[in-house]
Amino acid sequence: MAVIRTLGAGAWRVVELITTPVVPADYLDVIAPLRNAQVLRAKVEAVRPETANSVTLVLRPGRGWVRHEPGQYVRVGVDVDGVRLWRSYSITSPPWRSDGRITITVNAVPGGAVSTELVRNVKRGMILHLDVPTGEFLLDETRPEKALFVTAGSGITPVMGMLRSALHEMTDVVLVHSARTHEAVVFGSELRTLAAEGRIRLIERHTRASDSGRLKPADIAELVPDLFERQTWACGPNEMLDDLETHWADGGVAERLRTERFRPTLLTSGGGGTVTFSKSGTVVETDGTEPILDSGETAGVLMKSGCRMGICFSCVLPLREGAVRDLRDGTLTVAEPGDNIPIQPCVTAAAGPCTIEG
Amino acid sequence: MTTIQRKKTSPIAHLTPEDIEQIGIELDAIRDEVMASRGAKDAAYIRRVIAWQRGLELSSRGILLFSLFPPAWLVGTAGLSIAKILENMEIGHNIMHGQWDFLRDPKIHSTKWEWDNASPSDQWKHSHNELHHTYTNVIGRDNDLGYGIMRVDEDQKWIPLYLGQPLWNFVNACFFEYGIAAYDLELGKNLATKKRRQDPGFKARLKQTRRKIGKQVLKDYIVHPALSGPSFLHTIAANAVANLVRNLWTHSVIMCGHFPNGVETFEKTSIEGETRGEWYLRQMLGSANISGSKAMHLMTGNLSHQIEHHLFPDMPSNRYHQVAPKIKDLFQRYGLTYTTGPLPKQVASAWWKVIRLSFPNRGEAAIRRPIEKKAPATATRWRRAEAPATETVAP
Repeated sequence: MAVIRTLGAGAWRVVELITTPVVPADYLDVIAPLRNAQVLRAKVEAVRPETANSVTLVLRPGRGWVRHEPGQYVRVGVDVDGVRLWRSYSITSPPWRSDGRITITVNAVPGGAVSTELVRNVKRGMILHLDVPTGEFLLDETRPEKALFVTAGSGITPVMGMLRSALHEMTDVVLVHSARTHEAVVFGSELRTLAAEGRIRLIERHTRASDSGRLKPADIAELVPDLFERQTWACGPNEMLDDLETHWADGGVAERLRTERFRPTLLTSGGGGTVTFSKSGTVVETDGTEPILDSGETAGVLMKSGCRMGICFSCVLPLREGAVRDLRDGTLTVAEPGDNIPIQPCVTAAAGPCTIEG
Repeated sequence: MTTIQRKKTSPIAHLTPEDIEQIGIELDAIRDEVMASRGAKDAAYIRRVIAWQRGLELSSRGILLFSLFPPAWLVGTAGLSIAKILENMEIGHNIMHGQWDFLRDPKIHSTKWEWDNASPSDQWKHSHNELHHTYTNVIGRDNDLGYGIMRVDEDQKWIPLYLGQPLWNFVNACFFEYGIAAYDLELGKNLATKKRRQDPGFKARLKQTRRKIGKQVLKDYIVHPALSGPSFLHTIAANAVANLVRNLWTHSVIMCGHFPNGVETFEKTSIEGETRGEWYLRQMLGSANISGSKAMHLMTGNLSHQIEHHLFPDMPSNRYHQVAPKIKDLFQRYGLTYTTGPLPKQVASAWWKVIRLSFPNRGEAAIRRPIEKKAPATATRWRRAEAPATETVAP
């Protein structure tokens, strides 16, 4: 066995010599994009419409995929108008699917480049880019006796992943879900069937249809009197989650509430912000008119530099989080946690708090 | 040529500082328009070129497995030569310039690309992107002027060694990739003293280059020939010819960029505190184009649009033809010469200069005029002038 492995590695090294300076994978990727374990990709096996604005994508992840936990999300990369953009989506399928497929459900957000692309333009057979699953929004190993899920809009997606994976291990489940209309409820028929079968108690709130508006903690307290006795998972807009966290903290049971935020609160300013250099640990306040390269150097960060005018690309560093602005043409670049977007520090200024790997 | 600052009549004497900043503003506007319109079509273009190049290289090498048969040798060698030229010019050079960084595809990114050339991409990016593109045609700053082994400007001091430069230039053309590697290592300077020879940074770069050359040589002269079995020697010859063709071609194209007649050079002191407009103007005057067909543009990696490339080194190469008419018009409106010509003419012009300057200056060129001292300025090249051009001084 060891001999075969050594021979295989040796043969591979010869193939690498044949293809240098590119790697054999660069050729193989053309015919078998899923075999490359270094660059994780997924093939779109099916596109299923859910509501008018959302679809479920059935994906076959390539080699290098790691089995997810219910409730986790995955970063998906797609080329939108030529530019590779990444967003996170909750996995809605159970991890034990025998065919190894996963599903994500995408809701087209107005003005959302990635979600619109995935909902409108992705077809069966296309290749998407993928990251390994991650996320701390999880069920406990010992399932809760009484569970409450509070979701709004596409906040249902991680919860759907949990229900599909572990509902058969739970006895008392309440789901309070808020959506604009009856039709806009993602997984509406599946949830209603579960409710009809008596496996969950489903409380739907349609904000467009009633005048009651957005879901408030007080409303939930009325609908679910024993809410503080329940292990609770909530996912939805940041305002809703903020309200819930306050309510649960006021009730003295903050530890029973777990929340998942899709959109980190990204602050973008007209100019300036705190720049954090993650490797050196240096933190600098900037005013938005000075290139990050200058700010970093002034603060004593060792940085590579070259032309200092944006043409040589020697100083390029990854933006890991936050917003920066190109000082030449004003282009804004925004990175969410998990992103890795190379920027040119010599012609880029902070446009809000940001983290640079340098 | 003599540096623009020492010329009897300067071709930019008619431009006021306001004019120069206005040129900068117009060029920035041209740049912004194209950069904002980059998209899926451009992405498809570079991926198509890469796919074609790899297909061509793979099939040419496949054919060369049977290079014992003369037709296979001819077809395979021709294909491999073209593949190597495409890889170096339209693909490697341009990707390493960051032209395709906007795709955010790590497979086509300036920080990740390695090219089919003796010089490691890191070192090439430093000497080319950083030194040559920032200090274009500045005597004493831009080593591309003669690559440190030749005299290509009247204002470079003549020494008897230069008598042999037509020969050095030919040898350099044949082994251009190694010339570039030596140049990127600044061998002349770094081998001169013991201290420099033992500098750990230099030693590390030397090792990196040795490894790169080792891999390249192993591939072209051992692994592929060995795969072709009885065609071993024929494949060695084929690969050597393909490398030679690529070297001669790239050398010719690159000579056309900055050596032909009409290209201006600049004094070291003239770029102190240079504004963005002044930098642009230097690029306009310091570069020359090659006229020709679409195929010519592709095979030169669009360095046939050298002027456009030097103005916007990070603009995707497939867009240069689109901005060229606007740039030409700008030259005309500001009374500047847009230097261009067909490849044979430009190559001849560059070679003539190499031959002529192997001898000391004579006649008009021998007169060295003093240069005007410019008041030290503190502008930065990245800072744009604002329209109307009144305020250009950086804090």
